[in-house]
Amino acid sequence: MAISSTVSADGAQVTIYIQGRFDFSSHQEFRNAYEKLNKTPSRFRVDLQGTSYLDSSALGMLLLLRDHAGGERADIEIVNCSQDVKKILLISNFEQLFSIQ
Amino acid sequence: MNDSRSLKILVADDTDADRLILETIVRKEGHQVFSAKNGLEAVAIFQQEHPDIVLLDALMPEMDGFDAARQIKHLAGDEIVPIIFLTSLQDTESLVRCLDAGGDDFLSKPYNRVILKAKIKSFNRMRGLHNTMITQRDQLAQHHQRLLQEQTVAKQVFDNVAHSGCLNASNVRYFLSSLAVFNGDVVVAAIRPNGNMMVLLGDFTGHGLPAAIGAMPLASTFYGMVHKGFSMSDVLREINKKLKAILPIGLFCCATMIDFNFRRKRLKVWNGGLPAGMIYRQADGSITPMRSTHLPLGVLPEKNFKDDAQFYDVEEGDRIFMWSDGIHEARNLDGDMFGEERLLEVFAKGSEPVNVFDDILASVKNFIGSGEQDDDLSMIEIRMDAPENLVHPNHYFIHRQQLSPVEWEMRFEVKPTSFKSFDPLPFLLNVLTEEPDLRGFSGSLYTILAELYSNALEHGVLNLSGNLKKSPEGFAEYYTQREKLLSKITDGFVHIYVAYSSNIEGGSLTLRVEDSGSGFDYNARQGKILSTTGYSGRGIGIVEKLCKTVRYYGSGNKVEAVFAWINDD
Repeated sequence: MAISSTVSADGAQVTIYIQGRFDFSSHQEFRNAYEKLNKTPSRFRVDLQGTSYLDSSALGMLLLLRDHAGGERADIEIVNCSQDVKKILLISNFEQLFSIQ
Repeated sequence: MNDSRSLKILVADDTDADRLILETIVRKEGHQVFSAKNGLEAVAIFQQEHPDIVLLDALMPEMDGFDAARQIKHLAGDEIVPIIFLTSLQDTESLVRCLDAGGDDFLSKPYNRVILKAKIKSFNRMRGLHNTMITQRDQLAQHHQRLLQEQTVAKQVFDNVAHSGCLNASNVRYFLSSLAVFNGDVVVAAIRPNGNMMVLLGDFTGHGLPAAIGAMPLASTFYGMVHKGFSMSDVLREINKKLKAILPIGLFCCATMIDFNFRRKRLKVWNGGLPAGMIYRQADGSITPMRSTHLPLGVLPEKNFKDDAQFYDVEEGDRIFMWSDGIHEARNLDGDMFGEERLLEVFAKGSEPVNVFDDILASVKNFIGSGEQDDDLSMIEIRMDAPENLVHPNHYFIHRQQLSPVEWEMRFEVKPTSFKSFDPLPFLLNVLTEEPDLRGFSGSLYTILAELYSNALEHGVLNLSGNLKKSPEGFAEYYTQREKLLSKITDGFVHIYVAYSSNIEGGSLTLRVEDSGSGFDYNARQGKILSTTGYSGRGIGIVEKLCKTVRYYGSGNKVEAVFAWINDD
């Protein structure tokens, strides 16, 4: 499974983990990780520790998550990026939209 | 210790009457009595019965009380056996003799029962204290022993992590001493895929375990990244980030990192807080210092970290020295520090270059004399050798180093039957990262290939419009349609051409992707700014930022992207 997720005990935070390549092939799984929750969390974490590569469709998916989470008001952290992944995120100016750790 | 318990008490007196009186008094107090008529007997009984307290007459036949006391104290060793002399002597000299012989107290004849009882009690209390102390001392010794054993094992783990790499290469010498089993200094060295050697010498604030703990993530980050071909600034940034995150405030790592390019005879140096390293030039014996221009690692937050480096040209035979402040701060008996001047004097002596390393160590040791070494003392020397002369037991690829340019190209085509099942990206990436130069760029290369290929396939061959991706539903719809179209496709192609070219300076990778689609009006998108919030349309923008050039040809169904790198980055 390329995508997995955990929800904090109080349901306020969901963490989504992405393994391997992050691209359109995990699109459905990625959406399921945040759409099919009983309670809409107030905080999101996308953990890219296991993510080796990503492409622009993955960036599109991150933006889908952001709009789902409230757009400008969204509280989304992208954590544990490798240098490679971070480079792509920064090239796309994603640090203006997400908190990138 | 219960001081009312029954004790074993040895009574030695040659006068029967006196002995009898003593025995009676002692026994009445509930103690067990052993009797001796002279010193010899007393020693024999002591050996056999191990009494707790000895009452010894000073003057006895065979062996007097003084000799007996000495022997008994000797036999008792660590254990404390109070000896109370029984004596009718009153002169100071005799009493002093009793104490000199090992006696702990004396009791004058005739015996006073109350005083004797009190003395036995008091000495028994002392025995108790002593025994407690001995037990605790043994426990402490045991704990210490175990701690040392644990540290020894931990040090092996530490050394395996921290001092692996290519420190055993033929052109490297290093010296690490430490105050404790652990060392606050760390030396790591590894070969980059392009044949450069990267060396980092770090000095953590503090000593021992707290300092050594930070060395573990430093070393594993260093080795993990250098072998993959990451640039010096990437490695430094990552280490700085890690240390900043894990070290408490006040603990940080002064470090010098050097990228040795043996082919171009060039050094790239970053020094954050360590004393200046030295380039010792073989030709004229001159010295070039490499001074600190940065803050130590683990101090600045990621965004403020500075990675600009100094470059130095060197020649074969030149020797590069790096050290921690242990050498500069080594103190002699008068408390003076060794300092940089004395260090420069060693170079100025003009000894054979090959001996300089030993000369420095010797003169520091000489200087310290019998003074105490109060910092970790570390030094490393790297000799500039011709690349082909370097011997690295674990690094075969150094021999593969090309001094001459390398060029190759390949082309292949994805046909309709394979669009659905075959993903050319992992395959292409595998081929490309076989080139050591490219290994450090695998992330960027993947993204470039992925964008070019998916554009060719989706917008070209399948003629899907990115405009679909304007809403979350559209985004999903786009990939549903992609799937559907792929399962039905019967004609079309994606043609991929890759040309690799590298030389001593760097290289370039040209990627040409052509598809069977009708193309698009590429003039319309020139200079388009990378939008930040749309779900799609940023792919080519990213490729443009990663590549030196991106050009469209024909009707827009052909694209050429050139990715370029410089070896010294």
